[in-house]
Amino acid sequence: MTGTRIRVRFAKHGKVRFTSHRDVARIWERSLRRAAVPVVYSAGFSPRPKIAFGLALPTGYSSDAEYLDAEVDPAWAAGIDNERLVGALTASLPTGMTTLAAAEIASGEPSLQHAVTSCTWRIDAAGADATEASEAVSRAMDAGELLVQRERKGRLTIDDIRPAVHAVEVQANITDGVRLIAELATQPRAVRPAELLASLRPPPGGRAAGERFVPVPPSLLRACRLHQWITTDAGERREPLAVSELGERREPPAVSEASVVGAGVGP
Amino acid sequence: MWHQLEPLLPQVSKPARYIGAEDGMRVPRHAPGVVSWLLTYPDTYEIGLPNQGLQILYEILNERPDAAAERAYAPWGDLEALMRAEGLPLFSLDTHRPAPLFDVIAFNLSAELVYTNVLNCIDLAGVAVRAASRSDSDPLIGAGGHCTYNPEPLADFLDFAVLGDGEEAVGDITAVLADWKASGRPGGRNGVLRALARVPGTYVPSMYEVTYDGARLVAVEPRHPDVPAVVEKRTVADLADWPYPKQQLVPLTEVVHDRLNVEVFRGCTRGCRFCQAGMITRPVRERPAEQVRTMVAEGLRRTGYDEVALTSLSTADFSGIERVVADTVDDAGCSQVSVSLPSLRVDAFTVGLAAQIQRARRTGLTFAPEAGTWRMRQVINKLITNDDLYSAVESAYSQGWRRMKLYFLTGLPTETDPDTLAIAELARNCVALGRAHTRSPSVTVSVGGFVPKPFTPFQWFGQNTLVELRRKVGLLRDDLRRTKGVQLKWHDPAASLAEGLASRGDRRVGDVIEHVWRHGGTFQEWSEHFDLDRWQSAAEACGVDIDAYVHRHRTFDEVLPWDHLSAGLHKDFLWQDWRDALDEVGLEDCRWTPCYDCGACTGYGVEHVVASAVPPAGGSQGTGVDLSRGAEIPVRLLERPLVGAAR
Repeated sequence: MTGTRIRVRFAKHGKVRFTSHRDVARIWERSLRRAAVPVVYSAGFSPRPKIAFGLALPTGYSSDAEYLDAEVDPAWAAGIDNERLVGALTASLPTGMTTLAAAEIASGEPSLQHAVTSCTWRIDAAGADATEASEAVSRAMDAGELLVQRERKGRLTIDDIRPAVHAVEVQANITDGVRLIAELATQPRAVRPAELLASLRPPPGGRAAGERFVPVPPSLLRACRLHQWITTDAGERREPLAVSELGERREPPAVSEASVVGAGVGP
Repeated sequence: MWHQLEPLLPQVSKPARYIGAEDGMRVPRHAPGVVSWLLTYPDTYEIGLPNQGLQILYEILNERPDAAAERAYAPWGDLEALMRAEGLPLFSLDTHRPAPLFDVIAFNLSAELVYTNVLNCIDLAGVAVRAASRSDSDPLIGAGGHCTYNPEPLADFLDFAVLGDGEEAVGDITAVLADWKASGRPGGRNGVLRALARVPGTYVPSMYEVTYDGARLVAVEPRHPDVPAVVEKRTVADLADWPYPKQQLVPLTEVVHDRLNVEVFRGCTRGCRFCQAGMITRPVRERPAEQVRTMVAEGLRRTGYDEVALTSLSTADFSGIERVVADTVDDAGCSQVSVSLPSLRVDAFTVGLAAQIQRARRTGLTFAPEAGTWRMRQVINKLITNDDLYSAVESAYSQGWRRMKLYFLTGLPTETDPDTLAIAELARNCVALGRAHTRSPSVTVSVGGFVPKPFTPFQWFGQNTLVELRRKVGLLRDDLRRTKGVQLKWHDPAASLAEGLASRGDRRVGDVIEHVWRHGGTFQEWSEHFDLDRWQSAAEACGVDIDAYVHRHRTFDEVLPWDHLSAGLHKDFLWQDWRDALDEVGLEDCRWTPCYDCGACTGYGVEHVVASAVPPAGGSQGTGVDLSRGAEIPVRLLERPLVGAAR
């Protein structure tokens, strides 16, 4: 059966952010069943629910902009109320995961993997100095290339990520560190926040290399995906599913990472 | 201590196994009058989370007003290194509470190779590994699970161990501890241990004096008149009273057995002589079919799982299993829910059942004939005829299965090379049967080395040496080398030596375990971490003769390290069964034939709880008669009424 496609936007914060992309897929399979959403199954020897996830979120990062597309029974889809669906899905999800929006999408809509061109990230680099960070960012944005070392299929490569760094803004408003807002391309290969930070060099003659940005220990880096963007042929930028446009009409939780953790998902 | 742990998690593999936050998790209230338990599985989260015993006790304790229970699992090496560097102790997953703050740290002991992890967890909790060195303020270290039927190798590290079903025992222990705490901890640590020794099913090693004569164990006797000479196991009379877990934990990350698990009965009287679980969990106690239905339906709805396992030691033996399975599939409303029966019996009926329930997703089928010849199977009392196996296999191929897995043991008592090689013959015959149905039938033969266990008729048997086990595996490998369609799989028998030492050792083996742990031997059940040299050099350093513990045949008159403990089974029954094994005489299943007084029922005033006094159809069912061809079932009337017959 060909189902009706629905797209869901969800957030991931707190302890649950340490789950992997595969874990999140399993969590959603169970949650959709708990919410009694009739997802269509593939035919064949080993039927699987037809659910497609967008770009993987690195384990440990949080997000206000995760997406999935699911094929559901058309008869059921015809009768659903988006706002109630959003509530039902959130109720079925573990603490820390929240459904932000849900809506039917056209059958011809390109898949999330193909359509999304860039993401906006909020990156908190604890221990970094705001002045040095601003200088490092300016120089990076002015540079012709930004080289990072990456591992691809077990082999180390040196890639220039400069074309994929669309914008970086420095905000000095977190305790003991620097907050960056960065828009990073996802194609041809997604740039991760850790890779951006690894490419930022301390100013010449400043603090010793390694003490600030290079490299930022993974334990001191916290990032949150704020948006995923689709660039249309006309060059316009839109979200796969804007929170304000469909489904439940509310903004994603405008709380800082620190307050989410502070509120705690446990006792 | 979440805020201290959190910065470490991005640096370790699979951080999701340390976050808790599962559906079904409890956030207990800790208070001075409340006895706090840290239920600890001494292996990784992925292995430990699904453990039903731990989940059952977790719920039962948290339902009590005087108890609070949380869970812990062994951290993997990467996190352990960071925790030790930062000075962080073992922690609970539920509220990330440090282990030293709990009143009791209780370990689930499902397998002997986790023993070094138990020591590591005690140490990580900031508690002295040796019980004698602990102070009054340290948590009590307890243990439960199948391995506690011989806890002697861990006796110097445990404050107490519980034998048998824990459902009632944890409540009794909680009451004793709550009372002790409320009355100002009279007698200190020793005082409460003395009180615990009087709780039925609770063994307090420090209350017993062990006497040796050279290498020989002479006696294990209570030090005080109020401490029982023999600790009897606990048995819950009726599973219907214990519909747990009511809210099975749903992990956020992948674990083994990642599905809804509903225990349909406990105990097994098939009488397989190598099987410790079947011996120590008697009698059979079936859950009422209606309760199974409810637990399955509510469990699926609540968890969102699309798979349910009906668990027991031999689920096809559950009275009216066909009906329960049909209801489960129907109740689920659609064909997407699959039911799995983890332990399939070897017969055509069982395959029919499997066909009915695996409509959704048909994976391979697994059978466990355990031995290659009928003679050998009479010795081990796994009374499956070759015809039973072939009709099961034929039935499976005819219903569309193409892959089959056969489990065998090698190193069994009286096993000869022809017995071993018959395994290859069986596998070849199964592939030949498959050729009539499919072009490329596949049979995987999985062979394990047999390790004798306490409270089985084989407890006196000298385990095969490593050389002998490897030779037998080699025989099979050579024989099957050019056989198309048969794959041979085996575990290197090296670990079975350590397992054998720990399973039938006495207190002196504790030194070896501590030595292995102190030299970095953790996660020993993970083959990449197991190192036989470490065990052998530890045994040498501790003056422990591995041969005497593992490979030596034991005699009836010698004192066994677990003689002061009881699984209900009369020692002379086990000895008679051992003699029968050597005479190749089988023993029928006492669910359907008269009681032979093994002791498990009569000693405790409990009985089988089964809904049907008739063995299920199909196959010979251990009755020695081919039931699938319409022969009469040789059931005789029981001498006493079945307790659960009218249920």
